Amino acid sequence: MRLNTIVRRELFERRTQVITSFLAVLLGIAVIVSVKTVSYYSEKAVSRELDALGANVLVLPKSISVQDYYSADMEGSEIPEEYVTRLVMSDLEGLDNLSPKLSVPVEIEGRSFTLTGILPKQEFQAKAMWQGAGIFSRPQGCGVVANIPGLSKPLSKETLVRERVIDDLGEFEALVGADVASLVGIESGEDLTLLGRSFSVIAVLPGTGTVDDSRVFAHLHTVQKLTGKGPVLNAIEVVGCCVEISQGLVEKINKLLPEAEVVTIGQIIETQINTNQMMRRLSGVFLLIIAVVGSVSIANYMFANVFERRREIGTLVALGARPSFVMNVFLLKAAVLGVVGGIGGYLLGTLLAVTLGPKLAGIPVLPIPSLAAWGVGISVAIAMAGSYLPARRASRIDPFDALQEV
Amino acid sequence: MLRMEGVRKDHKHRGGIVRVLDNVDLEIDRGEYVSIVGQSGSGKSTLLLMLGGMLSPTRGRVIMGEDSLYDMSPKDRADLRKNELGFLFQTFNLVPYLTALENVQVPLLLRGVDGPDQARKAAGLLERVSLQDRVDHKPSELSVGQQQRVALARMLANDPPVILADEPTGNLDPETGAQILEFLEETNRQGRTVIMVTHDPVTADRASRKLRLHDGAVVPGERLP
Ligand SMILES: Nc1ncnc2c1ncn2[C@@H]1O[C@H](COP(=O)(O)OP(=O)(O)O)[C@@H](O)[C@H]1O
Ligand SMILES: [Mg+2]
Repeated sequence: MRLNTIVRRELFERRTQVITSFLAVLLGIAVIVSVKTVSYYSEKAVSRELDALGANVLVLPKSISVQDYYSADMEGSEIPEEYVTRLVMSDLEGLDNLSPKLSVPVEIEGRSFTLTGILPKQEFQAKAMWQGAGIFSRPQGCGVVANIPGLSKPLSKETLVRERVIDDLGEFEALVGADVASLVGIESGEDLTLLGRSFSVIAVLPGTGTVDDSRVFAHLHTVQKLTGKGPVLNAIEVVGCCVEISQGLVEKINKLLPEAEVVTIGQIIETQINTNQMMRRLSGVFLLIIAVVGSVSIANYMFANVFERRREIGTLVALGARPSFVMNVFLLKAAVLGVVGGIGGYLLGTLLAVTLGPKLAGIPVLPIPSLAAWGVGISVAIAMAGSYLPARRASRIDPFDALQEV
Repeated sequence: MLRMEGVRKDHKHRGGIVRVLDNVDLEIDRGEYVSIVGQSGSGKSTLLLMLGGMLSPTRGRVIMGEDSLYDMSPKDRADLRKNELGFLFQTFNLVPYLTALENVQVPLLLRGVDGPDQARKAAGLLERVSLQDRVDHKPSELSVGQQQRVALARMLANDPPVILADEPTGNLDPETGAQILEFLEETNRQGRTVIMVTHDPVTADRASRKLRLHDGAVVPGERLP
């Protein structure tokens, strides 16, 4: 038998008391772990989003925020497709690429995904060629047609992922995001029913860790037709060739399309960073609250536990236990509870983050094992802080009082 | 070898002071079997715990061998209890969530005996008090007589030369009480000093010397045959 046998036995004997008194700490750790996990992945998603986006200007309906755009929550807010023509026909400089989009919710085998209509590059070229004018035919500075990514080299279907550009897409062809493919069990070459029509899947896109993974892409005009929405869009992603030009671009696009909301990547980064900062500050404040509430509730429990066990403490003293031994009985108990609370909090928090993260933040969330160590550390610190005074009181109990015969 | 010199003990009670013992001088030799009697509240437990290094006197000294108990550090006093003293209580004071075997292991654990030796020694002690088939029982699963026998085995675990028993038979029926006394007397025959508080005159008379507490003082001891 060792000291920890005593601690374990006593804990087990009174487990319901222990569980209730440690619920505060466990839940606190759980909440912080889940917030940290989700915000870690949302930060990561932002940077990946930006990476993948390639676009540095977004044209959106007035009523829509950048967050709505990322969570594909764009129901009922549209801009006319004619804006694309306006942009193409304008004398804007430094425009590398345009990518108009219309997103609608679809159900595939009972699950909800987003169907995004996109316009393949060929049709731009055709349009630009046919118009014989406009931005793509006016090489000037860096925004020249020859620099359109992928135009000179052959494009694979998967460049959509990297460069948001695809050469060619048939009327009833679809590209499927990685998550959709694995959830529904679809491979390239198979058929997929969307909005009541059968599409052939020409490629499964590699995973990007962004919302794109749970999207299906099809031809813009097909999506417009099948939904009956007519020639409308939710967004136009614009790739400016370089930052300087992009900056000037916003003003010009604003002037060109006064009814639309034009935002730069800078603004996107800012809102996302602000959100993440707020999350971080929030979890800091929460940590403080948990530390205080947790250690007070543990102190409360521990004082009661010391009182309840005073006879046992008196007995240990009679048997020759030093004050430090008595103190260690309670501090070790606190440490054990801290470890258990930390691990439990980590597991619960991770479960929350992994199940709720995708629903609330629209991003895939995975467990972060290093947070387990963090959770255990915090939890042990709280438990020890709350238990120090009770443990000291235990070590100073007057055995005469404790052993009074009743 | 155990001595009290001019011991006074005041208990604080509700802001006032209750003088429980005053001017107690006492000497107990090695190997003696002493009983302490007196009315309830006369200070018997107080005296016993002071002898056991668990309660400091308000004035005076308690000396064991060469050492003045309350001039030692608390740590040294704890070590002295661990090595020299065994306690037996009226209500046994077994640890409720530990088995009989584990209860007997506690003093061995405090002594730093390692696991397998602890278990072997504790099992042997339980066998001595005829509880070899109750080793895995919790105190609540034992009769009061069996509980006191576990407490007896626990007290003997560190082979203490001095045994302090506070009404060890007070909660027991006469038959099991007699059993416990048998054990105590056997340890006395083996050379241990036994000091036992009791309010039962018959029990008290079995000792070799009887001390009576009255009005806060020790009435001179009668030698018993
Ligand atoms: N914790 C205490 N606080 C104050 N007074 C006490 C306390 N314990 C005992 N006393 C007083 O000390 C006296 C002696 O108590 P005790 O030694 O337990 O007597 P006994 O064991 O002979 O019955 C009692 O009269 C009681 O009133
Ligand atoms: Mg008493």
